[in-house]
Amino acid sequence: MRKIVQYSQNDYTPVPSKFTVWRRTCVLWQLIQFAIINVKMTVLILKSHH
Amino acid sequence: MARLVILGAGVAGHTAASFARKWLGKEHEVVVATPNSQWNWIPSNIWVGVGGMSKEDVVFSLAPVYEKVGIDYRQALALSIHPEGNKSHQKPFVTVKYTSPSKAGQTEEIEYDYLINATGPKLNFDATPGLGDGSGHVGEHTVSVCTADHALHANLELRALIEEMKKGKEAKILIGTGHGMCTCQGAAFEYIFNVEHALNEAGVRDKATITYITNEYELGDFGMGGLHIKAGGYVTSGKVFAESLYTERDVKWITRAHVNKVEKGKVHYEKLDGSKHEEEFDFAMLIPPFAGAGMKAYDKDDNDMTKKLFNPAGFMFVDADYESGIRGFENWKPSDWPKTCQNPTYKNIFAAGIAFAPPHLISKPMQSPNGTPINPTPPRTGMPSAMMGKAVANSIVDMMLGRSDTPTHTASMTEMGAACVASAGKGIFNGTAVAITMYPIIPDYDKYEYGRDLNGTFGMIGLSGHWVKHLLHHAFIWKAKLKPGWTLIPE
Repeated sequence: MRKIVQYSQNDYTPVPSKFTVWRRTCVLWQLIQFAIINVKMTVLILKSHH
Repeated sequence: MARLVILGAGVAGHTAASFARKWLGKEHEVVVATPNSQWNWIPSNIWVGVGGMSKEDVVFSLAPVYEKVGIDYRQALALSIHPEGNKSHQKPFVTVKYTSPSKAGQTEEIEYDYLINATGPKLNFDATPGLGDGSGHVGEHTVSVCTADHALHANLELRALIEEMKKGKEAKILIGTGHGMCTCQGAAFEYIFNVEHALNEAGVRDKATITYITNEYELGDFGMGGLHIKAGGYVTSGKVFAESLYTERDVKWITRAHVNKVEKGKVHYEKLDGSKHEEEFDFAMLIPPFAGAGMKAYDKDDNDMTKKLFNPAGFMFVDADYESGIRGFENWKPSDWPKTCQNPTYKNIFAAGIAFAPPHLISKPMQSPNGTPINPTPPRTGMPSAMMGKAVANSIVDMMLGRSDTPTHTASMTEMGAACVASAGKGIFNGTAVAITMYPIIPDYDKYEYGRDLNGTFGMIGLSGHWVKHLLHHAFIWKAKLKPGWTLIPE
């Protein structure tokens, strides 16, 4: 288990909840995220070529 | 008939050569000179460095690919540029030294009509005593993932350490930047989380203390002055997300550090406040600073004019505002950055990718009370390199075919975005990666409140990021091999 030490650098950072960590490898949720990343990257590429 | 010579066959050079060959008729020559016999998809070296991929997965031979499309390939290192020719050559030329086994050591002078300098960086390990071996290569105390061979070696060292840890050894692992002027923090970021993932998979994570050391002012700077994204109802600095990930994975961090000496099992470093420290390690991967390839330049009388073509670090001058560097951070503007990548003196010379000289940093310049600069230098690898390579090829083709006397295409980092997928562990169902898009690369605080368009700047971490990185690995190797449909895969 990670040990959070008071007044150390890791005492002041947000950490994800168990649900957030679970979603990161939830295949269904990640398929949606996969589509979103691809759309975001496509838009970026279209904006970047001159 | 005209001849385009391209020095280097990395992301920028290979992209430029491929498109130039496609767009130019057979009556024009495209010559590529590069000391390497293989093309390397560098972003996947991270996975070679933890045993997730083999060297063969990330490299392929250039010669058959260039033969297939009619590119004249010379396996040779560029030594010098002669933009005015000399007594023996009416036309400008470059001098190269062959590195292929059959012609090793032979030199040749290749005339050109147009030249693209895309040599990429020299990995300047020797800038930090002990980080290099004194002859330009990585030293014996640390490992690197900058090349496929380096990454192979890194994995061997890592596996040996894991075996010791399985027998009960407690290990200190140090990963980060090996000098105060490094760029490419992303590679160190990826490697530290892939090592952490590998230790978990080997069941020895609890035996390791992992520390990240960086020249960044704060985590998440990445040499781009950091970024902000919208998340959870807030506009939040990337520093918060980066620190969150380091805390979640129990990785300590040391920021604002210039590693000034490496010994067996120990680094010495200076902090931005001038204090001096040491950090011990059992395994360390430290990224070296980058320098230019070290080419010389000569005028028509064979007098050295290297300073006219290259800055002191060896990067080539292009159409940037180099006076802007001395005007100070507060006065920097996006317009300081190059657009066409054309050399201002010799209009038939262009530089793309890492080879061009940036006008100044992107992150704020800082130095310790001892006068030691500790700040990341500007990243210009990957997507920006490829876009520059394509734009430069497009301009040169138009000039060679008589359509224009001036460059017709631009690839300014102030008007282009970057997509970055940083692996945080490999696995088809348990891998994760941080996917980031940002627009533009060079922040514009006159146009955007946070320097970048918050609608085009985005970041998330998850399995989908890993899938994207894996997909990009196969897509870009397919594209680089110039297989059917390669032009449909965007840069």
